Amino acid sequence: MTLPVELAPDGPTAPPRSNGELVFAAPWESRTFGMAVALSAAGAFEWPEFQAALAARIKAWEHSGESAECWNYYRCWQQALEDVLAGHGLVTQDSVAERGAVLVERPKGHDHDHDHEHS
Amino acid sequence: MSDIVERLPIEVRTEALEQLLVERGLVDPAVMDKFISTYETDVGPLNGAKVVAHAWTDPDYKSRLLNDGTGAIAELGFKGPQGEHMVVLENTDTVHNVVVCTLCSCYPWPVLGLPPSWYKDPAYRSRVVREPRRVLAEMGLDLSEDVEVRVWDSSSEVRYLVLPQRPAGTEDLAEEDLVPLVTRDSMVGVARAGASAR
Repeated sequence: MTLPVELAPDGPTAPPRSNGELVFAAPWESRTFGMAVALSAAGAFEWPEFQAALAARIKAWEHSGESAECWNYYRCWQQALEDVLAGHGLVTQDSVAERGAVLVERPKGHDHDHDHEHS
Repeated sequence: MSDIVERLPIEVRTEALEQLLVERGLVDPAVMDKFISTYETDVGPLNGAKVVAHAWTDPDYKSRLLNDGTGAIAELGFKGPQGEHMVVLENTDTVHNVVVCTLCSCYPWPVLGLPPSWYKDPAYRSRVVREPRRVLAEMGLDLSEDVEVRVWDSSSEVRYLVLPQRPAGTEDLAEEDLVPLVTRDSMVGVARAGASAR
């Protein structure tokens, strides 16, 4: 059995091999993931503390009676991150709500981050 | 106020939180980007596949791996968060191991990357404990009745890696040619090595 060269597992064309699905389904999932990992690496909290908060949020979801279609792992992750940050007095839920309320008021097309005037 | 937070679209919540953290100097977006890209693209099941292929071809390494997973995996340079204490479980003709985390989807990031969606799914997490044989069959892995199925529940202390059986007919393959046969699913224990991708 010979394997084609492009299967070189270290090469730039390494095949995904059963890992072809996206790690993150949406950009916000990667942001909440990155926040938790970076905060822990910077010493804002210990990782096991975050894990315990995540386990608690997942358990709460499972007891909430929501349908399986509503399941989202990284939503629980975000909730757990907010829980830990609030517990450490770093960011309160109120401040997230206030900032979020400002963000939802943005006009459409806000993510067109251009300097020029639209005519 | 927390009700208001719960009602915000989730992507707005993450953006609001990130803005606040950056403004307060608690996270650096560039550091976040680096962690994200590392786990999204650089760290994947390939690391674990190298560990398995090395164990298949080097009996001494295999015995070290089964005795001290963390140390033997670190020999190949793989360590980091979520891989602090690794236990390696060997599949044989009579024992099949499968891994789950019923609490929070703990997963050995340094060797397998980030977990696939089905691993984080509540149905997998609860059902594989209750009826592992059936769940495995649904995932395409039929095990004969005389194979004992062992389910291992990860915790914040221990992460498991399954050492799948080397596929028959691969005796002549070199280590680097074995690596591509070792799928992520085979190292979680929901597939055989060399089996086609799900």
